[in-house]
Formats: sequence, C-alpha cells, structure tokens
Amino acid sequence: MTDQTTQPPASSPARESAVARFFRETELDTRLLGMLGALALIWIGFHLYGQMFRGGGFFLTPRNLWNLSVQTASIGIMATGMVLVIITRHIDLSVGSVLGFCAIIMGVVQVNILPQYLGLGHPLIWVIAILVGITCGTFIGAFHGALIAYGKIPAFIVTLGGLLVWRGAAFLVARGETISPVDPTFALLGGGPYGAIGATGSWVVGLLGCAAVLALVILGRRKRRVFHIAQRPVWAESFIAIVGCGAVIAAVLLVNAYPWPRGIVRRYAEAEGIEIPDGGLFISHGFAIPVLILVAVAIFMTILMSRSRFGRYVYAIGGNPEAAELAGINTRWMTVKIFALMGGLAGLSAVVASARLGSATNALGTLDELYVIAAAVIGGTSLAGGVGTIYGAILGALVMQSLQTGMVLIGFDAAMQQIVVGSVLVLAVYLDILYRRKSK
Amino acid sequence: MTQQRTDTPLVQLKDISISFGGIRAVDHVSLDLYPGEVVGLLGHNGAGKSTLIKILAGAYQKDGGEIWINGEKAEINSPRDARDYNIETIYQTLALADNLDAASNLFLGRELTTGAGFVDDAKMESETAKIMARLNPNFKKLKEPVSALSGGQRQSVAIARAVYFNAKILIMDEPTAALGVHETQMVAELIQELKKQGLGIFLISHDTREMLELCDRVSVMKNGQMIGTERVEDVTEDDILSMIIMGKKPDQAA
Repeated sequence: MTDQTTQPPASSPARESAVARFFRETELDTRLLGMLGALALIWIGFHLYGQMFRGGGFFLTPRNLWNLSVQTASIGIMATGMVLVIITRHIDLSVGSVLGFCAIIMGVVQVNILPQYLGLGHPLIWVIAILVGITCGTFIGAFHGALIAYGKIPAFIVTLGGLLVWRGAAFLVARGETISPVDPTFALLGGGPYGAIGATGSWVVGLLGCAAVLALVILGRRKRRVFHIAQRPVWAESFIAIVGCGAVIAAVLLVNAYPWPRGIVRRYAEAEGIEIPDGGLFISHGFAIPVLILVAVAIFMTILMSRSRFGRYVYAIGGNPEAAELAGINTRWMTVKIFALMGGLAGLSAVVASARLGSATNALGTLDELYVIAAAVIGGTSLAGGVGTIYGAILGALVMQSLQTGMVLIGFDAAMQQIVVGSVLVLAVYLDILYRRKSK
Repeated sequence: MTQQRTDTPLVQLKDISISFGGIRAVDHVSLDLYPGEVVGLLGHNGAGKSTLIKILAGAYQKDGGEIWINGEKAEINSPRDARDYNIETIYQTLALADNLDAASNLFLGRELTTGAGFVDDAKMESETAKIMARLNPNFKKLKEPVSALSGGQRQSVAIARAVYFNAKILIMDEPTAALGVHETQMVAELIQELKKQGLGIFLISHDTREMLELCDRVSVMKNGQMIGTERVEDVTEDDILSMIIMGKKPDQAA
C-alpha cells in the first residue's frame, strides 16, 4: 500500500549523490562519523590554540594522547555499563561512590589484611584484591537493582541514596585515611611507564587487532552469502578493512612514539645493568594496561549487547517494557543483572583508578557519576530508553576527557572547565536530538 | 442452547475470577474452545474480555478458577508458561519493541542462537523474510525498526510471531482495530486458514458484524460476568447487541 511512497529517494541510484552512495554501500554509521569529526575538531582546535597563544601545541603529541588514553580508561569502563542502565530507562548516580568504596575495600584487603596472612608482596595479593573489588561492586549493584526491580523504588532515588551511603561507608571503613602503597603488581594496572606493554607487545596487540578486523569483514561476507542477504560491494569492504587496520596501526605507532622519561630510563638501566648510550635510551611506553582493560571491556560489552540474548533483551526492555514482559522476558531479574554488571564495572574502574593513584582514598571517584552519565549521553545513549551503543559511550568518554585535558593544557582554570564541560554536554545532546529528528 | 461437542476441548476456562482493588474485573467466568473453532468475545469496554484473555495468556494471575488445556489442568503464571502450552497472543497494543527490527521482534524471547550461544541475526532475518513472504508479500522493511512501519505491517509482525511458533491456541485482541480495509480482509483470510489447520482462536472485537462472520460461537460479557455463549447460526446481530447492552439472553429479552 504505502510501501512505494515511503521508500527513501536514496534507493534510486540515478539521483543519488556519490557521498550518499558511499554511506549506503559501506553501511557506516553517520552518527559515529559525526562524533569522530567532533573529536578531531576538539583535538586540532586545542592544538592550534596552544600553538597560537601558549607558545606551542601540546595536544597532538604522543605524550598527551597517551596520557589522554589512560585518563579515559576509568570513565570509559563505567560508561559501557551506564549505557545498559540508561537504555532500560534507569539511571545510576552511585557509580562514583561505589568506585570509592570498592577502592577502599581493595586497599584495606591488599595493604592491611592479606600481607598478614600471605606475607608482603605475595603474588596472589593483587589477584585477590581485584576479585574482592569487582565482587564487592557487583553485589552493591545487584542490591541497588533488587531495590529498583522488586522494591519498585525509582532508580534515581535508590542510586541517589547509594551516592551518599557508599561515600560515607568508604570513609567509615578506613576512618578517612589514605591507604597506601598498593601492591606493586596491582599498581601496574593503573598505567605509567612500567604499567605499559612496550613496543613489541603493542605490535603484537596491533597485529591481533588487524587480524580481528579482517576476520570480521570476511566472516560477515560469508554469513551474508549463506543466508542470501545482499553483499556490500568489494570496494566498500576493502575500504572498511583498510581504515580499520590503519587506525589500529596508527594507534600502535602513536603509543610507541612516546618514550619513557629520562629519569625512569636511568633507574631502569641501573637496575638491569645496561649502559645508556650518548643519545639516550629510547624505550617506548606502548599501550598502557588500563587502556587494554578498557579495550577488552569494550569488546566484551559490544559482543554482549549485539550478539547475546541478554543484550537483545536490554534493548527490548528499553523500547517497550510491557512488550518485553509479554514476550516472556523476566524484566525484573534483568534489571538486577544490569545493575550488578554496572556495579562490577565500577569495581573494575576502582582497580584502574586506585592503581593509577598508587593508593586508595575515600574521595576517589567523586563526581565520576556525572562524567560517566555525560559520556554515555554524549555518545548517543537516549535517556528516553531503547537507544545506545558501547562504542558511542567510549567515544563520549574520550570527548569529555579531551575537553578537560585540553583546557588544562591551554591554562583554563577549574571554574572555566566546569562551565565548558557542562555546556558541551547540553549542546551535544541538543545536536543529537536535531540529528535524530532529521534522520527520521 | 449451545450444542455440546463430545471431543476434548482445547481450552477450558472454569470459574475464573480476578479482582483489581476490590473491583471484580472477571467474575466466575467459564468458557471453552475446541480445535478448529473461533470463539468471539464481545462486550463493552471494561466488560472484562481483555482481562479474561490476559489470564489465559499469562499476563495476569487469576484469583480463582482453573484453566484446563487439552483435558489437563494447566498452571499458567507467566507469559512464558502460556507459550509452553503453545498459546500465542496478538495484543491490541501489538506489544512490539519499537526500537528493534521485525526479526528481533518476531523472535523476542525465543531468539535463534548459533552453536556458541550467540543470537543468529542472519538466520532470524532470513526466517522472517520467509514467513513474511507468505503472510504479507508487500513487507520489505526487514532491517528497519518497527516504529518505521505502518499499522498493517506492524500487525503482520505480531501475527507472524504467532504463526511462526506453531501456536495451537491463538488469542487475538482486536486484531483489526488499526487496519485498513484491505489489511482487515487479509486478517480474516488468515483466521480462516489457521482454523482449517485446527487451531483454536479467541477473538476479541467491537465489530459485531465482523464477529458474526468470523466466529463459530460468540460469548458476551458485561461487568465481568458471562452473559451467554451462542452459536452464530442461532442468533441475529440484534440479539447480540441486546446481550451486550442489556446483559440479557435473547429468549429472556424477547
């Protein structure tokens, strides 16, 4: 009936422009490209501003971008979980406090408790500490989820309460003391020269990444052939493969271009008994471990959301909770699981954040909930529910962190930073609304 | 009165009651359904038709009474339980997740998975294409979220869900309410076809004439109570209307 009239004009190849055809054939998400464009604009903008007014562009340097990747890790890990929470029309205001609480618990476990039984520096200490931290976060999240799903208390209230409760609990556990130093192996998970995998390791990761990109393209083609779904043209597939592999290799080159600071190199050389040549010793950082954790979380969460029943149900609940319930989905239990996952990710984030700091303080993660929610929302997660992606949230986290880092580099003070970050959040969501209205 | 069939009924609702906050939405109602039969439920808004049917579909839990399926007592406490008895429901509100595409909606809660336990989108899409080609050949928008579909297309998705999973008992709550003439005709033909296959169908509608055409028997409810069940050959449209409005059986009303 109305089928003919509602067909988009894009399907008539004669009138279609080359650009429109490019997007249709490659099936690229234009929204993703928009975000990447915004990110590039921010990066280049800060760099040029620095060059013009601050006597040097410090933004687009291997050092800054490497640090940026490490700083994004903690927020990025939590943002992937917040996507699920927001898709199902909930909110979690407690993640920052849960992070602080888990960090303190892990600090107490690895500094005060375990050394008594295992001895200081025992290789199991960091493993047990991490398990305790993630388990702790998961249980707190599940508890919040149960209150929301079975107690019918709005998520806003439960997690607003959680925001205060867990921050207070974090203070009580250690009576406000800072717990340090953390276990040396544990500290590697926070990044730093030793907490990175070096040049060779980064190339291995990079090549694995390229292999994954190629495998995805080839498997996708095979699947489409089996089920007789129209193939993308070969040039479009090749384009995606080349851009994907190119991005991975560029990232490897970038992190390998950032050398260890001279002081660290000297200490390392002394410890290893290496002679430092005249020109200095160039030891690459390579990918930081927290960044690899973020990448692993992102891959896991993406598979979970797009390839598992769990992910399908998350979207279904967000789209129409009643329909999901009538389709036999146990929506309440799903809510518990989603919040438990969020809590677990906050626990993992606590590992990264406290390892980076080298100590656990009860103030760790303060205001993180707002950055995490902002990252998810800037990344295209709709507060109305049903819409959102993992990669979007991570890009959102990167945008937030880029803004903050950039403003520090060009010398904006804290007050100005807050104003800019807040305004950008509102602007980003407004642009997103405009985009969605247009693309409907 | 209704002529009794001797074979085992597909569904027997016995003395079903449910209350919401002191109001008896369904008050000791009994009703049965045989294979290959269409039973229509008529009544005003709030008469309890949808509520009764939602108890069978597992969306509400009854306060009293029993449900028997194929001559055996059944426990239906959730939509999943209902599905295990091959009961499929097409709701008035269609019950689709607007943000998901047709295939995801069709298989919602019963996704096809690959050996590794991941959802098999390509397989679901091709299965959807197959069943849609049978039900609604005009249906082309397999990839788009169902919010982009017309009322008739959304309805085909809901119906495809029931047909694909080999329903034995089909509940249709106002299946034609949002449809145009052509699509309504399509649903009517589908009902006839499913009936031939031996399904039992509960049909809810406000359109008395349509009900007399499609149904074998019609039951009239008023204020949560069953007024009566009549074979369509035995009654006229006026009889039915007087049952709906006055809550009396035709012989009493005369």
